[in-house]
Amino acid sequence: MIINHPLLGPRDSAEFTYLGDASLIERPDWQAEDAADQFHDYLYLRDNPAGEHRELWFHEQGDRSWLVVTRNTLTHEITKVELARDVARSLGRSR
Amino acid sequence: MRYSLLKILAEGLKGNTGWTPVWRNPEPREAYDVVIVGAGGHGLATAYYLAKEFGITNVAVLEKGWLGSGNIGRNTTIIRSNYLLPGNEPFYEFSMKLWEGLEQDFNYNAMVSQRGIINLYHNDGQQAAYLRRANAMRMAGADAVMLSQDEVRRLCPFLDFDNARFPIKGGLMQPRGGTVRHDAVAWGYARGADERGVDIIQNCEVTGFQIEDGVCRGVETSRGKISAKKVAVCVAGSSSRVMSLAGMRLPIESHVLQAFVSEGLKPTIPGVVTFGAGHFYVSQSDKGGLVFGGDLDGYNSYAQRGGLPVVEDVCEGGMAVMPMIGRARLLRGWGGIMDMSMDGSPFIDRTSIDGLYFNGGWCYGGFKATPASGFTYAHLIARDEPHPVAAAYRLDRFQRGAMIDEKGMGAQPNLH
Amino acid sequence: MSTQDNRLSGGLIDRERPLRFRFNGEELQGFQGDTVASALVANGVKLVGRSFKYHRPRGILTAGSEEPNALLTIGEGAYAEPNTRATVAELYDGLSAKSQNHRGPLGFDVMAVNDFLSPFLSAGFYYKTFMWPRAFWEKLYEPIIRKSAGLGALSGEPDPSSYDKGFLHCDLLVIGAGPAGLAAARSAARAGAKVILADEDFRFGGRLNAETYEIDGRPGAVWAEDTAKALAEMENVRLMPRTTVYGAYDHGVYGALERTGDHLPDTDGKPRQVLWRIYTKRALLCAGATERPIAFGDNDRPGVMLASAVRSYANRFAATPGKRIAVFTNNDDGWRTASDLAARGVEVAAVIDPRDGSPRAEIPGASVFMGDAVAGTKGRKAIREITLASGRSLAVDCLAVSGGWNPNLQLTCHQRGKPAWNAEIAAFVPADPLPVGMSVAGAARGALSLQAALTEGQAKAEAALSDLGFKVSGEPVPASSDESFAVTPLWHVKESKRRAWVDLQNDVTVKDVKLAHQEGFLSVEHLKRYTTLGMATDQGKTANVLGLAIMAEQRGISIPEAGTTIFRPPYTPVPIGALAGRARGKDFRPYRLTPSHDWAEEQGAVFVEAGAWMRAQYFPREGETHWRQSVDREVSTTRNSVGVCDVTTLGKVDIQGRDAAEFLNRVYINGFAKLAVGKTRYGMMLREDGIAMDDGTTARLGETHYVMTTTTANAGPVFRHLEFCRQCLWPDLDVHLISTTDGWAQFAVAGPNARKLLQKVVDAEFDISNEGFPFMACGEITVCGGTPARLFRISFSGELAYEIAVPARYGDALIRVLMQAGEEFGVTPYGTEALGVMRIEKGHAAGAELCGTTTAQDLGMGRMVSKKKDCIGNTLSERPELNREDGLRLVGFRPVDKSHALKAGWHFVSKGSPTDMAHDEGWMTSVAFSPSLGHSIGLGFIKSGDTRMGEIVRAVSPATDSDIEVEIVPSHFVDPEGERLRG
Repeated sequence: MIINHPLLGPRDSAEFTYLGDASLIERPDWQAEDAADQFHDYLYLRDNPAGEHRELWFHEQGDRSWLVVTRNTLTHEITKVELARDVARSLGRSR
Repeated sequence: MRYSLLKILAEGLKGNTGWTPVWRNPEPREAYDVVIVGAGGHGLATAYYLAKEFGITNVAVLEKGWLGSGNIGRNTTIIRSNYLLPGNEPFYEFSMKLWEGLEQDFNYNAMVSQRGIINLYHNDGQQAAYLRRANAMRMAGADAVMLSQDEVRRLCPFLDFDNARFPIKGGLMQPRGGTVRHDAVAWGYARGADERGVDIIQNCEVTGFQIEDGVCRGVETSRGKISAKKVAVCVAGSSSRVMSLAGMRLPIESHVLQAFVSEGLKPTIPGVVTFGAGHFYVSQSDKGGLVFGGDLDGYNSYAQRGGLPVVEDVCEGGMAVMPMIGRARLLRGWGGIMDMSMDGSPFIDRTSIDGLYFNGGWCYGGFKATPASGFTYAHLIARDEPHPVAAAYRLDRFQRGAMIDEKGMGAQPNLH
Repeated sequence: MSTQDNRLSGGLIDRERPLRFRFNGEELQGFQGDTVASALVANGVKLVGRSFKYHRPRGILTAGSEEPNALLTIGEGAYAEPNTRATVAELYDGLSAKSQNHRGPLGFDVMAVNDFLSPFLSAGFYYKTFMWPRAFWEKLYEPIIRKSAGLGALSGEPDPSSYDKGFLHCDLLVIGAGPAGLAAARSAARAGAKVILADEDFRFGGRLNAETYEIDGRPGAVWAEDTAKALAEMENVRLMPRTTVYGAYDHGVYGALERTGDHLPDTDGKPRQVLWRIYTKRALLCAGATERPIAFGDNDRPGVMLASAVRSYANRFAATPGKRIAVFTNNDDGWRTASDLAARGVEVAAVIDPRDGSPRAEIPGASVFMGDAVAGTKGRKAIREITLASGRSLAVDCLAVSGGWNPNLQLTCHQRGKPAWNAEIAAFVPADPLPVGMSVAGAARGALSLQAALTEGQAKAEAALSDLGFKVSGEPVPASSDESFAVTPLWHVKESKRRAWVDLQNDVTVKDVKLAHQEGFLSVEHLKRYTTLGMATDQGKTANVLGLAIMAEQRGISIPEAGTTIFRPPYTPVPIGALAGRARGKDFRPYRLTPSHDWAEEQGAVFVEAGAWMRAQYFPREGETHWRQSVDREVSTTRNSVGVCDVTTLGKVDIQGRDAAEFLNRVYINGFAKLAVGKTRYGMMLREDGIAMDDGTTARLGETHYVMTTTTANAGPVFRHLEFCRQCLWPDLDVHLISTTDGWAQFAVAGPNARKLLQKVVDAEFDISNEGFPFMACGEITVCGGTPARLFRISFSGELAYEIAVPARYGDALIRVLMQAGEEFGVTPYGTEALGVMRIEKGHAAGAELCGTTTAQDLGMGRMVSKKKDCIGNTLSERPELNREDGLRLVGFRPVDKSHALKAGWHFVSKGSPTDMAHDEGWMTSVAFSPSLGHSIGLGFIKSGDTRMGEIVRAVSPATDSDIEVEIVPSHFVDPEGERLRG
């Protein structure tokens, strides 16, 4: 596969390390009343869709960016690649 | 029809005209006691043991494609019970014992061949880890032998002992490990279940569950509604997709695992060998093909195909550990969908929905588990309590912190 | 030497360059330009192998990579390559080939007895027997089956050849250099695109080389040669003959195997084959089509050959497969074989066409039987007679068969594309979705005529290039004849009385397909798996459609209703050695060497693999004959004076920014907010699931500057995790990370004389006295008169100890300086063994304890977890099963009988309990012989270990037959109060 890195252009996916569902960005609040349940769902449960999947890739053999790649798990077609940091900010994550 | 050498001789003499279909192709009935979703190895085994061991024969097994079309038909056929943890080892040893009497039990030669499996180790840390494992196996009643370098060399003189980047220091051997003809397992179970009255319905896709007031009362299928007192899902590879029809999210990701077979060759590798310093394991089939594989491609996929880097990585491992296979040619590769769970171990459990049962999360180790999975799932369905050797395979184990993590990789499925 | 009796005139061989070769020991001759098969044909050799199951005599069926029968072992000794298709193996001088799969000589294979037993060996017979007695399977039945199965044999010796890998990029990859491919490449090249043209053959032209067509008034083969020559001169074109594009992978990446040396007697040290990964913007599949046979009685007899192959041998290789040949065809193209043979003066005995109507061509001297079919053959090791359905018999020595053509659409299926049925040519053709960026032209798409191939090749190339923004010339398409390929399907001849083969290599007959149907194996996948149809090395190229058609007929449904089989890579088998390339032996993975490696080598150090690193394991001195002697000495010297160890492999992460402290506070379980500048702190980090991930020390070098160390094994994963936290979880924290593992050479200097030694090296202006630089201090200093360095007063050994770091380029110099400075103290270098001994003596956790399933509590660090702050893993570490009262605890163990040596991997069982899983209480993680204590010691996890000090338990190892008593003790074996490290 080829991942079109937003800063570096097309790169072979072998340069990257895969983590998983981009929902891992949305780490729950540790002080929430149901934090234990929230963390369980966050860490362990997955939509695991057959189709479009937003997922985290780390450019390990490159610039060390974490990317959010939108990829179809049935066809492997990649339709979008974003810097994970931008995605995190757009989800309201900050400090 | 009972199979035997005599039968073959008799049929051979009359032109093989007397053989009858191995299973029926029945139309689905309106209702069953138990509907099993998925006629893969585990689903068929479940039906077989439900009928044979628990006397429940009013059973349908529904299959989207052809029976045996899942990972039972696409795997590297290895059986072993060389696990470490108390949640796993007794289960896999139970499975091994079932394998050992399986063919006589279902009167079908699945070529259960206990030629042994050797896990090579290459450093002191691995040796210690394998000794720990060997002892766990022995304490669970399985067999395990620690091999010195010389002993490995005697068994597998073709390994690279002299020029290796990661020299072979020894191995953990399970002599009872080996291989089984995978398709024959599906066919044997299907035939045995069918003979006992189970309806195996192929080309029948489950499109929904009938859930009323938190109770599952049947399934909707591409061939109409089918009622059932109990619905047992057994669709590893598609677990998330199917269970999402019941509104459930699972601790599972779907990943692609590639496996390969070479052209047929005269016997050269005695049992199963796994490389401890790279991703490669191999056995040789009775037809002569080297059957080998390695690591997951590493990303979520339902595409049933892998990429080039892993093919090359696996072959590099092969050449590193046994450079005599360089002139053997890779004939065919395939990519199967693995239910990769969050701790690398499976689930056999009830669900939060009454009457709905779940079996899945087998990662890349489902084949060897087929008999035990079927048996213990049947036990759970019939008695509504887990079989003792499968008691740890609960869906709520992550909530409790009771992970069964053989590799110690944590909640990252592609590392298990 | 044979006389090449069957050689004709003409052909694309070089008669000036005769080549000698051996087949089963017999010396024969061919010419440059021959394949092994064509040379065998020229020499009149008919019998070339034995079939898989029945050991039937077999001859050459095809002239291409679809060959099921003519599989030979080519080469000698370690160079012997089994299962090589004679039909694509180029002849070279001195080549040696042997037939396979027979016991005794090829002509008298004793295993041929299987053929007489065939009524009992029908499809799947082995599933129904060999079950009793159970033990006989492994001991008797299976070994016999295994021995008789398989085809060729590996030499058993390491593959002596070298292989290479490469990467290529192009605008358009044209797969196949037949008429469509050449027309496509020509047009694309003229448009200025970067073009790669690859073909598995050593000669471009495809079928043009085997036919008598004309293009633009020239013979087709000449047009092909001229076109290839013109392309070769263009800089934007890369021609790749002998290159099989074997797989279509995601996003336009193709796998290709170039056979760079297989046609040479000696590759002269150069790679034998090169595996290419080709990155394409577009690809055009022009792979042509493969002729398929018709099944009839004894259709596997040597001398039965595909009609197109007969033309290839006659036209291209000037070798006739027979002297009196009959043609059996259900289509117009098959007639060309008769015409071409007759034109070359070969006697054509008859043309048999099952279709009604008038003969499709005038064949001088040939009888024509329309509406008839071949129903059987006779002859033991070669065909000598055919019998027609009408009952007639004809004496022939070769039968050319054509059942129509199957497009070579394999690559279109590599991404799950499913072919569609085309009734007009009675074959499957490519269907959407094709792999992204791929289009198909010519016969591969089902356009079988030459003019169609040329037209489509050019048009599809132009379409692809326009898509990419190239301006295409729109020049006229080369002109040729537009011949007929009309076909009326005939799959098997029902009048056949004897077995009719569908899959020749795997010995699957029409009867087997019928039996599969009878037994309910209806789906094409069941058929394939039950009968092994299409599973042989030819991947069913000539068999699959035939088998499917016969099953469809049995079921009374159409072929497309019966299904199709999906093709997977590779298109033709690829050697494992080529896929591995140079990554084998010592080059399997790169070595990472520490900065003191050269120096350690000079000292005669013994090295050990630590992941990718090579580390000094111990430094034997003269007179030491056992590793323990060296290790004991290194430990004692360090504990009594001073030792130096290269610890560069530990991961190092440079952490800077205003929020660096806050960041550390969130990734470690213990607090880092209050760590003072110039201080170092031990930290433990968890995974989010609450399990211990890694530990190490972090030093605060400045207000906003920290340096973290990780374990060697986790350097990569920890850095990745930290970047995840930084970029994905807390994107606005002002913190930056750089991995500096390779940037700094780091040495531990440990022992009571460590300070004295360092004082000789550290520049005088830096006070490293106990007061000026106390335990856990850190600072940036200079050494050796101004060389920048970092000093940390941390101790893994439990001694007064420092770690000193210099930029990696000074590492070699520093170790030499340290050793020289230490001479007066009798300094010793120590390796990973002594390092391990000393950390076990101090009860420090390492890889065996941080094994991915243990919690901070298990490791005895439960109290470190700060509950006042959020940190990774904090919440989920509170789950009940991770906090059981009887949970595992890391403790020390010593043998009750001190003469016993402990072993890592033993399990613990209470005294009096049985040795079984239910009573398993834990395991030994690490052991060492402690020279300080004079006996073996161990660390391990045992249930409730912290409350069981002094208890005697059994350490059992049923796998190695041992069972001894050990005492649970605190894990700090040496200096439990920690006085030395503060001294």
